[in-house]
Amino acid sequence: MNEAPSHSRAWRRFRRSRSAWIGASLVGLFVFAAIAAEFVAPYAPQGAEGRSGAALARPSADHWLGTDLDEYDVFSRMVHGSRLSLLAGIVSVSIAIAIGGPAGAVAGYFGGWTDTLVMRAIDVLLTFPGILVAMLVVVSIGPSWEGVMLAVGLINIPVFCRQVRATVLTVRNLEYVDAARAVGASTPYILTRVIFPSLINPIVVLGTLGLGTAILEVAGLSFLGVAGEMDAAEWGSMLSEAKDHLSTTIWPAVAPGVAISLTVVGFNLLGDGLRDALDPHLEGK
Amino acid sequence: MIRFLFGRLAQALATTLVAIVVVFIAIRTLPTNPVLARAGRHAVPEQIQAEMARQGWDRPLLVQAGDFLQQLILHGELGDSFFIPAESVGEGLWRTFPATIELALAALLLAIPIGVMVGIAAAVWRNRPPDYLCMTGSLLGVSVPVFFLGICLIMVFTHLPTGRRMPFGVNYTSHTGFIVIESIFEGRLNVTAAALCHLYLPALALSSIPMAVIARITRSSMLEVLSADYVRTARAKGASLWRVVMRHALPNASIPVANIAGLQIGFLLGGAVLTETVFDWPGLGRHLVTAVQKSDYNVVQGCTLLIAVLFVSINLMLDVVYVWLDPRVGGVSEDGQ
Repeated sequence: MNEAPSHSRAWRRFRRSRSAWIGASLVGLFVFAAIAAEFVAPYAPQGAEGRSGAALARPSADHWLGTDLDEYDVFSRMVHGSRLSLLAGIVSVSIAIAIGGPAGAVAGYFGGWTDTLVMRAIDVLLTFPGILVAMLVVVSIGPSWEGVMLAVGLINIPVFCRQVRATVLTVRNLEYVDAARAVGASTPYILTRVIFPSLINPIVVLGTLGLGTAILEVAGLSFLGVAGEMDAAEWGSMLSEAKDHLSTTIWPAVAPGVAISLTVVGFNLLGDGLRDALDPHLEGK
Repeated sequence: MIRFLFGRLAQALATTLVAIVVVFIAIRTLPTNPVLARAGRHAVPEQIQAEMARQGWDRPLLVQAGDFLQQLILHGELGDSFFIPAESVGEGLWRTFPATIELALAALLLAIPIGVMVGIAAAVWRNRPPDYLCMTGSLLGVSVPVFFLGICLIMVFTHLPTGRRMPFGVNYTSHTGFIVIESIFEGRLNVTAAALCHLYLPALALSSIPMAVIARITRSSMLEVLSADYVRTARAKGASLWRVVMRHALPNASIPVANIAGLQIGFLLGGAVLTETVFDWPGLGRHLVTAVQKSDYNVVQGCTLLIAVLFVSINLMLDVVYVWLDPRVGGVSEDGQ
């Protein structure tokens, strides 16, 4: 492994990549929508004041994307929906990193039975397709947004655990770690100060890509309806409701669908761009 | 080699067992239970108690789990569905499972050839329009949620049927549940055609993710092989581009592709849950979602058991195939994964 690229060089590589910029702009757009939803959205996304009086109306000057079955403005709900989706993505990826990261580091560093224990637990998690595990988790802790975030966090643990373990395995016997050990550094010090810096780049890259996956999974769970009855503006449940009225109007389905897709495209492009920038070994592939 | 296989088999059995017990306990810690769900709001607590006792659901969890495993291993019994009285869990699985397998196979049959061809085209015409098209397509394939893609397909192909496996008018009783395959063998091609019409859209939606992944892997694998010395030698000796691609590059590029394609089979089962919900496809995924919503203990256990066994055995088979394709893998310690 070569020395880590300096940040200015990584930044220069990132700046040159057109797709990374497209990704960053898409992500930026939805982050802006989430923060400034009240100012961007012309109507309230839920509650009595948001009802327009016309259900499933076609797009018009007043309602750019028409209205949905509950008479709410589709555009406003789409804008407000970015809040819940981004929040759910961030929270669940954070949960996955917070659990998977330390578990992978400990497994990789100590090896032996600790490693076996952690990796077998991961295997159990991987016995089922992720969305099924998440579905079972949500229903067993009670349908709620917190439950959905926790469940999606849980099924993403293996990604981070494996990556951190693999990185720790490659660096734990490198000279600078040996040197720290030789001068008598404690194990917690080595893990948090000596090894940790080399984990930042892979976690940033995987975390960005993971945000896209998590947003897809959150939307999938709410589309399945396991998150319970909810009238909050959220893309997955908007789609689920709209799919039964496609013959009347397609906009209540198209708007949240396009929003999810663009957000995930954004995170994927941004993640790929970050990987190319932060990991010069992969350049040109 | 033999030791490696036995080790993997034992490990797969152990993980499946643990996973089954975890699901068993998780489903029983639900705030609701099947009796409560059926009795509704006007339930009398004593009656609920009595029904729970009759089903044996008031005993300690581990006793119930032990009982379940004993029934399963000694008698192959999965119990009865609480909400579909005339159907045992096994019959329910038998009714829905073939539909899912047919859907997943159809998706794979679409995904592998198209994905591989697109990947080859992208690698051969690197940094030219076919490549951009392939990369954009595969980016969309992994980014557009499968349920939204399904809805788009329903909107665009309004003349194609959705909702069941067969049109109402067709009178056909399937013995195995694999309608397409069975009707081909019986020579009733009009039934096959009707069933394929119903299968097409769900399979197309479900194939999007594996197709995108396979195209990406084929592209990068082909790019690597195409820059190898032996490919240059073959070209220098005057072999045509397509001969080099087909005879020399593709066989070597196909090992990682085969591995990824295999892994996708497992993910198809997960994707099937969403696809089946969009298209009202009467398969295992929808069966499970319904059972989870009603907390029908035995059906959830049966479905998850089947999926876990399937998932784990596919992965096990892939390991074996992979060792067979690339003998170096078998000797590597577990750190090599």
